Amino acid sequence: METRSYEKYFRQNRLPHLWCPGCGNGIAMKAIVQAIEHKEGWTQDNTIIVSGIGCSSRASGYMDFDTLHTAHGRAIPFATGIKMANPELNVVVITGDGDCTAIGGNHFIHGCRRNVDLTVILFNNNIYGMTGGQASPMTPLGKKATTAPYGSIDRPFDACKLAEAAGATYVARSTAFHVQHLVKMIEDGMDCKGFSFIEAMVQCPTAYGRRNKIGEPAKMMAWMRDNAVMKNAWDKLPDDKKTAEKFPIGLFYKAETETYDSAYHRIQEMAGVTA
Amino acid sequence: MKSEFTLKLERCKGCGICVAFCPKKVLEIDTLGKVVVARPEDCIACGQCELRCPDYAIFVDKLKEAAK
Ligand SMILES: Cc1ncc(C[n+]2csc(CCOP(=O)(O)OP(=O)(O)O)c2C)c(N)n1
Ligand code: SF4
Ligand code: SF4
Ligand code: SF4
Ligand SMILES: [Mg+2]
Repeated sequence: METRSYEKYFRQNRLPHLWCPGCGNGIAMKAIVQAIEHKEGWTQDNTIIVSGIGCSSRASGYMDFDTLHTAHGRAIPFATGIKMANPELNVVVITGDGDCTAIGGNHFIHGCRRNVDLTVILFNNNIYGMTGGQASPMTPLGKKATTAPYGSIDRPFDACKLAEAAGATYVARSTAFHVQHLVKMIEDGMDCKGFSFIEAMVQCPTAYGRRNKIGEPAKMMAWMRDNAVMKNAWDKLPDDKKTAEKFPIGLFYKAETETYDSAYHRIQEMAGVTA
Repeated sequence: MKSEFTLKLERCKGCGICVAFCPKKVLEIDTLGKVVVARPEDCIACGQCELRCPDYAIFVDKLKEAAK
């Protein structure tokens, strides 16, 4: 067999990864390196992977780029610093639903607001995986968690709507089932100058699936297959067909506006600073 | 046979994703919890197993005509 070309983007001595059997993080991580592979000019030397803390954020440790595994919720501020210091770099952020929308929620909305030129990929498994299954701001209503044994009563965030409202200039969603589509959504986000946000729905069979009796990993992925609706079809779907389980995937929003690093560059010129 | 399988069994965690999404029921999990190609002759080399394996443990290549 010819070795798959994306394998060069993994730190081979760190594989197999430590994620549980059937965890969706492995699928999303491969989708990211395949998207990078498709990007002309993106190399292991000019692409930086930044992650926070969580099972999902462990991904940076397996990826053979310059990588930064930061503090819980703080990946976007670190990534912002990298981009401001060296705008030539391609900066990719990997974060979890807890990392991005709970402890890191403020960093997230302000990163969007400033339109920092980052590609942020949120691995949404609807739970705090690493710490054993506490509810996150993206745990659906009624779903069980260690902190919600009778089902969550906290209304969840739609991180895509949040990103768009806060000012992100590329917003998309896909799932671990729709692998090629996920690669495409990430790739298109990388093409976009500005804050690009991609929500990758992934299964956490251990801390979420089991407690909610959804069944084995393949069942969780079959659920994604059966309930995800492509954006075009979603827009035509009558409201009574948009049942609680159904959700849209695809590109939701795209815009062009000045990025934070170019605005900053303008200010530097006004102030007579030569970078 | 249409395809050639490469398994990296040290990576396989026996999650069953490849088994579940194979349209031809080619794959099984053995008693040691690893993937096994039980019915290679039924494989249509569609690549669905490789596509969704979260551990990059299974690879399928189409056999070229000449190699048959
Ligand atoms: C400041 C701080 N608070 C709390 C924690 C504990 N902690 C580690 S991971 C995590 C949640 C992870 O959830 P998520 O971001 O959804 O990632 P997942 O593990 O689900 O991929 C928490 C609360 C921490 N490491 N640091
Ligand atoms: S706890 Fe969940 S998210 Fe963490 S590795 Fe296991 S399956 Fe994946
Ligand atoms: S999907 Fe991959 S890890 Fe899971 S059983 Fe199949 S080969 Fe093994
Ligand atoms: S290539 Fe297709 S038919 Fe062959 S084992 Fe994989 S999923 Fe099954
Ligand atoms: Mg999570």
